[in-house]
Amino acid sequence: MALSEYASDVPIGHLLRELTPQVLGMVVRRFRDFAAAEDAVQEASIAAVMQWPQAGIPENPRAWLTQVAFRKMTDHIRGESARRRRETEVAEEAARAPLTGFDAAPMNDDTLVLLFMCCHPALAPSSAIALTLRAVGGLTTAEIANAFLVPEATMAQRISRAKQTIKASGIPFQLPGPEERRVRLRALLHVLYLIFNEGYTATSGPHLLRADLSREGIRLARMALQLEPGNTEISGLLALMLLTDARRHARTGSNDELIPLSQQNRTLWDRGQIAEGVALLSAALPKGSVGPYQLQAAIAAVHDEAEHPEDTDWPQILELYELLKRMSDNPMVILNHAIAAAMVHGPKEGLNLLDGLHGEPRIAAHHRLDAVRAHLLEMAGAPQAAAKYYLAAAGKTVNLPERNYLLMQAARLGSR
Amino acid sequence: MKYILMMHGKRADWDEYTGWSKEDLQRNVAYMRSFSRELNDRGVFVDTKGLALPHEAKIVRAGQNGEPVTDGVFPESKEFLAGYWVIDVETPEQAYQIAARASAAPGPGGMPANMPIEVRQVLGSHSDLGL
Repeated sequence: MALSEYASDVPIGHLLRELTPQVLGMVVRRFRDFAAAEDAVQEASIAAVMQWPQAGIPENPRAWLTQVAFRKMTDHIRGESARRRRETEVAEEAARAPLTGFDAAPMNDDTLVLLFMCCHPALAPSSAIALTLRAVGGLTTAEIANAFLVPEATMAQRISRAKQTIKASGIPFQLPGPEERRVRLRALLHVLYLIFNEGYTATSGPHLLRADLSREGIRLARMALQLEPGNTEISGLLALMLLTDARRHARTGSNDELIPLSQQNRTLWDRGQIAEGVALLSAALPKGSVGPYQLQAAIAAVHDEAEHPEDTDWPQILELYELLKRMSDNPMVILNHAIAAAMVHGPKEGLNLLDGLHGEPRIAAHHRLDAVRAHLLEMAGAPQAAAKYYLAAAGKTVNLPERNYLLMQAARLGSR
Repeated sequence: MKYILMMHGKRADWDEYTGWSKEDLQRNVAYMRSFSRELNDRGVFVDTKGLALPHEAKIVRAGQNGEPVTDGVFPESKEFLAGYWVIDVETPEQAYQIAARASAAPGPGGMPANMPIEVRQVLGSHSDLGL
């Protein structure tokens, strides 16, 4: 059994992750029942994991998985008893029909429809994330549960509820029309971004598993871009992920402590990923309307392209934040804009901008407001006041490494 | 975002609880079981533990050479953690709503016991680029 000796489950896992959404798309298209189809494909994947290591990977693994999933669907429908006899006959006929349509175009459509369905705005973000990772990402429920540090049963329940929501909402299995498509695309981008971010900001739990979420976010964004090659906001999102993830090895120290951008060892940045991100962005930017993901990616690119922190083109970053501010009232954008203004026009300018934000409850309550004020006060040569605000920020953040970082800043300035 | 819901109590609360009628106890137990089921069904459950009574509770500190130095027994008036739930929800409001459900567990005569539940966010990863 030389084969089982050499065939580790890693390539099978990769293969399954790639094939799952394609097979699922085909099964849903044929049987029109997303929830049951998702279960059937998951069972087919489990069958593959159990059988392929011994029997070898079949010549056409996609057809194999599709046949097994079709059989599971037929079993499922049969199991729903004789009162639905007629539906069973239709199903059996569907399952008997020869497998066609393996050409790329309709299959890509199926995967895109799936992606839109799993990232549906009717779902809570945590449900959309879980469903996307399972149905499109091909991860098992246990893997997703591990990554989000919840019990497997809880994650299974979340996925099952998400499927019920989709079923109840009666969304047809087809590409949304142009009007609806914009709304759905925004939700899709947000879900992929959240998956990436969860892995990138991981502060607890098994790090490898969590870092996998960033890779998974990047993989899904690549997949989305392949399905919608001309979409500049997907390009922007993928570029943003690559340009951010490129700094992964430089952003934490040996004790998992946060290292801010200005103090990172830039030789640890992944030049290949930066080049890819910049290329994606350069191709997308001239093509038409520039959305928030492209702008965030552009800001990340300006940082990544500076060999030393003092080479950073802050005027350009400030300009980009001006544009972003017009599209978003998110506190982080407004606070980062104040930092950029301080870097260009001096700390006074930044502090003036912060003073103007008191009337904005979302910003006034944001834990980063104190941190930004502390940073600007330090720049302005007021270490004691800065230390006070670093401490205030440390008391408000819910992120442990960030809390440690802020306490360290206060201590460095001799707060006590 | 994950939250811990903590139920604190004094020794006197326990003594009172043990004095409840069979019906009151059954009603309370049934409610807590359905509460647990609800957390599972909603896909928010992370963990729960009930703690043993604090008869033997000790506060431990490391003394010379790291050897344990213990302190206790404690006065009956001291508040102890009786048990907790950890939940994973989308908003703080959801956490408060679930905590209120726990607090509404029926007491004597079927009236809500109104136990205070302390709700605290668990430190975790939360970062936001502003998208």
